[in-house]
Amino acid sequence: MKNLESLEKFINSELTSKINNSFIKHDNIYINIDHDELVDVISFLKTNKDTKFRQLIEITAVDYPENENRFKMVYLLLSHEYNQRIIIDYSIKENEVISSLTSIFPAANWMEREVFDMYGLKFKDHPDLRRILTDYGFEGHPLRKDFPLTGHNEVRYSEEQKKVIYEPVKLEQNYRNFDYESPWEGTKYIKEIKKN
Amino acid sequence: MAKEKKTLNLNFGPQHPAAHGVLRLILQLDGEVVEKADPHIGLLHRGTEKLIENKTYIQAVPYFDRLDYVAPMNQEHAFALAIEKILKIEVPSRAKYIRVIFCEIGRILSHILNVTTQAMDVGALTPTLWGFEEREKLMGFYERVSGSRLHANYFRAGGVHKDLPVGLESDIDEFCERFPKIIDDLETLLTDNRIFKQRNVDIGIVSKQDALDYSFSGVMLRGSGVAWDLRRSQPYDCYNDLEFKIPVGKNGDCYDRYLCRIEEMRESLKIIKQCLKNIPKGPIKTEDGKISPPPKKELKQSMEALIHHFKLFTEGYRVEKDEIYTAVEAPKGEFGVYLISDGSSKPYKCKIRAPGFTHLQAMDYLIKGHMLADVPAVLGSMDIVFGEVDR
Repeated sequence: MKNLESLEKFINSELTSKINNSFIKHDNIYINIDHDELVDVISFLKTNKDTKFRQLIEITAVDYPENENRFKMVYLLLSHEYNQRIIIDYSIKENEVISSLTSIFPAANWMEREVFDMYGLKFKDHPDLRRILTDYGFEGHPLRKDFPLTGHNEVRYSEEQKKVIYEPVKLEQNYRNFDYESPWEGTKYIKEIKKN
Repeated sequence: MAKEKKTLNLNFGPQHPAAHGVLRLILQLDGEVVEKADPHIGLLHRGTEKLIENKTYIQAVPYFDRLDYVAPMNQEHAFALAIEKILKIEVPSRAKYIRVIFCEIGRILSHILNVTTQAMDVGALTPTLWGFEEREKLMGFYERVSGSRLHANYFRAGGVHKDLPVGLESDIDEFCERFPKIIDDLETLLTDNRIFKQRNVDIGIVSKQDALDYSFSGVMLRGSGVAWDLRRSQPYDCYNDLEFKIPVGKNGDCYDRYLCRIEEMRESLKIIKQCLKNIPKGPIKTEDGKISPPPKKELKQSMEALIHHFKLFTEGYRVEKDEIYTAVEAPKGEFGVYLISDGSSKPYKCKIRAPGFTHLQAMDYLIKGHMLADVPAVLGSMDIVFGEVDR
């Protein structure tokens, strides 16, 4: 499809039952889908001759601890032919299993491992779901909002044991997190002067 | 008696000069032939994304220098563009040109490092010595404009931090005059070099389809014959007004990728020259006091400036609720920032899309069936920097 509006219409008409919501912003299309329809939607977007989103750019998750569906999964696709980007998302609960995209895009392998590592979300049919960025034997999922910035363990070389050892984090000074947010918004008249 | 087939597991790295950083590559070898490669990454993981969630937008910029540390400003660019798009900031024309100049300098920095160290990995020492002398000059330009050779922290949402110091423009121009000679010299050492070609031609071939499936970008994609460059297809800043070519490879092997990089350096020089010729005078950052700090001299006289200064460096500016993906053509490929803001002065989420991560993922696919000695050649041609792979 040549332009975004017609592409949005086309996707909506082809995948009516699978799409909850779609809009165009910042020259990208954002669509929200049902989480069971992920594989269908992605393979349609990849293979259809009018969309040709043939490159998977990124898979990531976002943590919203206060929501019932705690995590939002995000998939970014790119079409070289039509020079368009699409952002697909859906919400899931913490222990729900996600379908893996490795059979459609081999590049999904490490991206899903990273999501698993950072957020603790599990993928179905993933060939090799191991931690990827964190240390061997690491516990917890660092990008969850309830994971402390300082982490739980620190490492050092122990002269007595002649090896690197793990210890609980001890800080000489607590991490300083000042609350700088102020309700001050500036006076209205300045904004008005600027506009004129 | 039938001979039993035995495979050997070999640990390549994490400390290995040809691993370009801290890569632990577990190779399964049958004799000298690689059967399987399993890269273990994360040895340089610093939790950049987590840290950014806990810093204001201004404080987050220096973390981007530490990703791909051989071309720092290109990363800052993606982050600055993301904020600008959300806040709908108009960037002054001079700032756009300055940014493009320094992004192209970053590209040359990165390509010199890659081309020469790849040559070193396959046995040529001289290119490294010649190339690094030039890198030093380029980092000198970085230092003169930002105060630091590597961790520049120079781009801001809405422009750049400071204007170019006096004399820098003519010095960069002079460099552009001399540098093509250096590229020629490097080429006489490498391009037709029998050993270099033996080690690189037909090694690590990527087909067009696989390059797409494995999410390759940048030179890895163009080396396989896909003409795709974000500077051309989704232009940002002033790339639209500039003339440059996009070198594209044919065979998708290590040698084609090397040739692409050499040509890209020449194109970058053209871009820099055009920018220096056309750069307008004027402000270098947006004059909206809510986004960019006031000039120092105003602080002593203007109450408004003092308040802005104080608020900007404590609370920082707030970014309205939004979600955006912006990408730039970094030297290594598509570098993207997926930013979710929630209306406060800190990002709610900042996912960094590093090109090296997806490239390194394809290591197993690229090296299968090659000899052990080809591992450094393939790794070198992928242009891996662990700052961005591990984040």
